[in-house]
Amino acid sequence: MKNDGFFKLTVIVGVISWMAIFAFVPNVLVFLASFSSTSSANFIEPGFSLNNYARLMDTTHLDILLSSLRLSGLVTVICLVTAYPFAAILARTRKPLRNTLLLLVVIPFWTNSLVRTYAMTAMLNSSGIVNNVLLFLGVIDAPLAMMYTPGAVVLGLVYTLLPFMILPLYAALERLDRRYLEAARDLGASPWRAFWKVVVPLTMPGIVSGCMLVFLPGIGMFYVSDVLGGAKAMLLGNFIRDQFLTTRDWPLGAAASVTLTVLMGLMLLLYWKSAARLGRKEA
Amino acid sequence: MRKLRILYATLVFFFLYLPLGVMIAYSFNSSRFSMAWKGLTLDWYVKLFSNTALMQAALHSLFIAALAATCSSILGTLIAMALQRWRFPSRKVIRTSLFVMMMSPDIVIGISLLVLFMALSLPLGFWTLLMAHVTLCVPFVGITVYGRLQGFDPHVVEAARDLGAGEYEVFRHVVLPMVFPAVLAGWFLSFTLSIDDVIISFFTTGPTFEVLPLRIYSMVRLGLKPEVNALCAIMILITAVAVFASQRFLKEKS
Repeated sequence: MKNDGFFKLTVIVGVISWMAIFAFVPNVLVFLASFSSTSSANFIEPGFSLNNYARLMDTTHLDILLSSLRLSGLVTVICLVTAYPFAAILARTRKPLRNTLLLLVVIPFWTNSLVRTYAMTAMLNSSGIVNNVLLFLGVIDAPLAMMYTPGAVVLGLVYTLLPFMILPLYAALERLDRRYLEAARDLGASPWRAFWKVVVPLTMPGIVSGCMLVFLPGIGMFYVSDVLGGAKAMLLGNFIRDQFLTTRDWPLGAAASVTLTVLMGLMLLLYWKSAARLGRKEA
Repeated sequence: MRKLRILYATLVFFFLYLPLGVMIAYSFNSSRFSMAWKGLTLDWYVKLFSNTALMQAALHSLFIAALAATCSSILGTLIAMALQRWRFPSRKVIRTSLFVMMMSPDIVIGISLLVLFMALSLPLGFWTLLMAHVTLCVPFVGITVYGRLQGFDPHVVEAARDLGAGEYEVFRHVVLPMVFPAVLAGWFLSFTLSIDDVIISFFTTGPTFEVLPLRIYSMVRLGLKPEVNALCAIMILITAVAVFASQRFLKEKS
C-alpha cells in the first residue's frame, strides 16, 4: 500500500488541472474577451467595457439575435409537437417491434448531421424530388424555389434534430407509470385534462431536455444555414463564426457566445428544477 | 385510433428516411449535372476512391477519432472514479461542470478552445484538434462511467482494501473490470462524436490537418457533386452497420 497516496494524489491533481485548463480557463478567457476591445495589432485588446454588449443590442445585431432565437424556437416547437405523439406511440408498442423501431430512430440520430443536411438539398433543389413529384402531378407548372429560404433552414434543422427530441421524450414516456393516468381517469378527469395534469408534468424532464438538445444546437449549427439558407447569416452560430473568422471582431463574437452560454444556463436551471420537483414527488 | 397511430408513425419514419434514400439512389445515377435519372453507374464510387485528398481526410478522421476516443475513455474513467471514490475540494464543481460541458453548444466549446489555443500561441492543426475532440468527448465518457459506478456495491471495494489492495490495485483489478462495458460504450460514443463533429473541428484545426466533415463541408458548399452523394451513402451505410453491431453486442451482454 506504499503507493496509495501517490496514485490517488496523481489522479486528483490530474483531473483538477485538466478541468481547469480545458473547461474553466477557455470560458473565462471568452468571458474576459467579451469585455475587451479589438485593435489592428491584436484580436483582443484587454480592457473593461460593456461596449460589445451594447453593440450586440443595436438594431442589425439584435435582428440577427432575435431572428435566430425565433428560428430555433420554431424548430423546437415543431420538433416537440411532432415527436411527442411519435414517442408515445413508440413507448406503447410491444417489445420485439419496439426495439426495431427504436433502432430505426437511432440510425439517423447517429448519422453525420452534415450528411443529413446535404440529403435535404436533394429533396428541395429546383430539380429535386419534391419539385419533380409536384411537376409530375401537375400541382405546379414551374419548379418552386425552396432552397436558400428561411423555410428550408427550418426544415433542415427539424430534419437533423428531430431524433434528439424523440429519444429523451421516449425515455420519459417509457418510464411513465400508466396507473397514474388510469387513476386520473377513474377520478373523472377528461382525457385532455389527464394528459395536461398528469402525463405532461411527469414527463417534464424529458420535454425540457429534448427542447435543450434541439434549441441550443439549432442556434449554433451554422452549416445548416450555409447549405440550405444560402449566404444570408440567419443563425447566431453563423454570426459568431463570422466574427471570429471573417470580420475578426473577436470581442463582439465573444459577447454573442456569452449570451448563448447564459441561455444554456437558464435552460439547465429549468431542467434541474423540473427534475428535482419530480424527484420530490416520487420520494 | 390504432390505424391513425400506425399512419402517423409511418409518416415520421418516411420523413426521416426519404432524403437518405433519395441521396443513396442518386449516388448510382449516371447523369452528372442534373438530377434526372439516366441509368445505373458505379462511376462516382470509383471517382471517390481515386480522390486522394478526400481519402487522406477520411484517414485523418479515423485516426483522430480512434485516438481521441482512447484518450477520453482513459481520462473520463479516471474522472468518474475520482468523483465516486474520493472526497476532495472542487469535487461537486467538477461533477456539475461535466453536465454543463455535455450540454454546451458545440460553437461555444469551439470558440472558447480557439481563444485558449491563440492565448497559448499554439499553431492550429493535429494537436489542437486532438485536444478539442478529447474535451468534447470526456464529459460523455465520465457521465456514462459515473452512472455505472453508482450502481455498484461499495463493499466490494472495501473488501479489496481489507485484503491489502492499494488504490491503484483497486482501480486496476476491481473498478476497471466492473465498469468496462460502460468504458467501451463511452469509447464508441466518443468515436462517433469525433467523426461527426463539424463545428468544433472548424475552429480548432488548421490547413495542415483536414478531416472528412470539413472536406465534405467545402465540397457541399461548392454545389452538387455526385461523388459527395457516393461518399454520404458510404457514411450512412457505416453508421447503420455500427448501430446494428452495437445493438447485437448489447443484447448478448444482457
